[in-house]
Amino acid sequence: MKTCLLVDDSRVIRKVARRIVEDLGYEVAEAADGLEALAWCRAAMPDVILLDWHMPVMNGLDFLRQLRGEPGGGAPHVVFCTVENEPARIREALAAGACEYIMKPFDGDIIQAKFAEAGLITREGIAA
Amino acid sequence: MSPEDIQLIVALCRQRAGLKVDPARTYLIESRLGPLARRESYGSVSELIAGLRARREEPLIWALVEAMTSPETAFFRDREPFARFRDEILPTLSRMRGPETIRIWSAGCSTGQEAYSLAMIAEAGVGVETGAKVEIYGSDLSERCIEKAQAGLYNQFEVQRGLPIRQLVDHFEKVDENWRLSPRIRQRVRWRRLNLAGDLSQVGRFDVIFCRNVLCDLDEAVRPRVLEGLAAALPADGFLVLGADESPLGLTDAYRPITGRDGLFARNPAFRVAA
Repeated sequence: MKTCLLVDDSRVIRKVARRIVEDLGYEVAEAADGLEALAWCRAAMPDVILLDWHMPVMNGLDFLRQLRGEPGGGAPHVVFCTVENEPARIREALAAGACEYIMKPFDGDIIQAKFAEAGLITREGIAA
Repeated sequence: MSPEDIQLIVALCRQRAGLKVDPARTYLIESRLGPLARRESYGSVSELIAGLRARREEPLIWALVEAMTSPETAFFRDREPFARFRDEILPTLSRMRGPETIRIWSAGCSTGQEAYSLAMIAEAGVGVETGAKVEIYGSDLSERCIEKAQAGLYNQFEVQRGLPIRQLVDHFEKVDENWRLSPRIRQRVRWRRLNLAGDLSQVGRFDVIFCRNVLCDLDEAVRPRVLEGLAAALPADGFLVLGADESPLGLTDAYRPITGRDGLFARNPAFRVAA
């Protein structure tokens, strides 16, 4: 089963996102900040990471930059999911290695559409 | 709404625009006409219909019919038809046409997302090695939809349904909490209000017509005429793109299917446009 790591400091957001991502066919793990997420990735690199930007301890952008420098850290598809919606910040995230970008608030349709754009799911389900 | 009110709405939609409205779906009728009733300062849809009966004014009748069209659309909706347009249709046409301008029509374009998706593909220039100009035209029955399309202004929800983030940052600018398409993309598309059930003989020539998820909302009786009107606007080597589960076969012999390409049809060269 493909795995998706949800990284967000809000337990409510993680709960909502977990339900949506599980419905898309992923096995889900959660982290509350970038440092916790890095620990997860070092133990078992996920296929997809849904990543908040503003978090305590280590924010999403710093996490992403560090991840991309780690062994195997280039592999996961990283989809930002944040209230940050300034074009300059979005470009910064893409330059750091994000594949797609969701502006909060989100719903199931948006996550599904964005996962499809990142090539993660097709009409039939999870992409091979 | 009384059964008579619903019958009037169904009849007006069918007569004016060939629109099929299911009289059993009262909730849908209420939700589509509610905003029109409020704009026209009526307390309810029933009052709007009563006003319509009393005044029988053409602009109000058309506003009602237009409000009953489906506004459902999205950027790069269903993805596949756009990939096919970029990878197969545009390269084929540009080989056949050389430096001649290629004209694309998004028929029943609603609020413009389909036409703008085609414009973003054309802007990228892939598939058109001849440097031919690609012109995009969008038409819809609804004046309000055309106005919104023309403005090119979409909310955050709309730009997250089907639009890759790279396209968003490349082609849109943020205006308060909304997103506006760049003048470059907006200038690529021309808009007009058009009733597909009306006379199509003067619409002009198009190499490809996108008319997706429009036929399904039309009355069965008008579908052949609409399809033949579109065929008359296509050259002998033109293409028609319908929704994935829509087909002109059995309704008219103006098209032939392209094997393995759901929803893509070529104009049948043997088809003669009725004089």
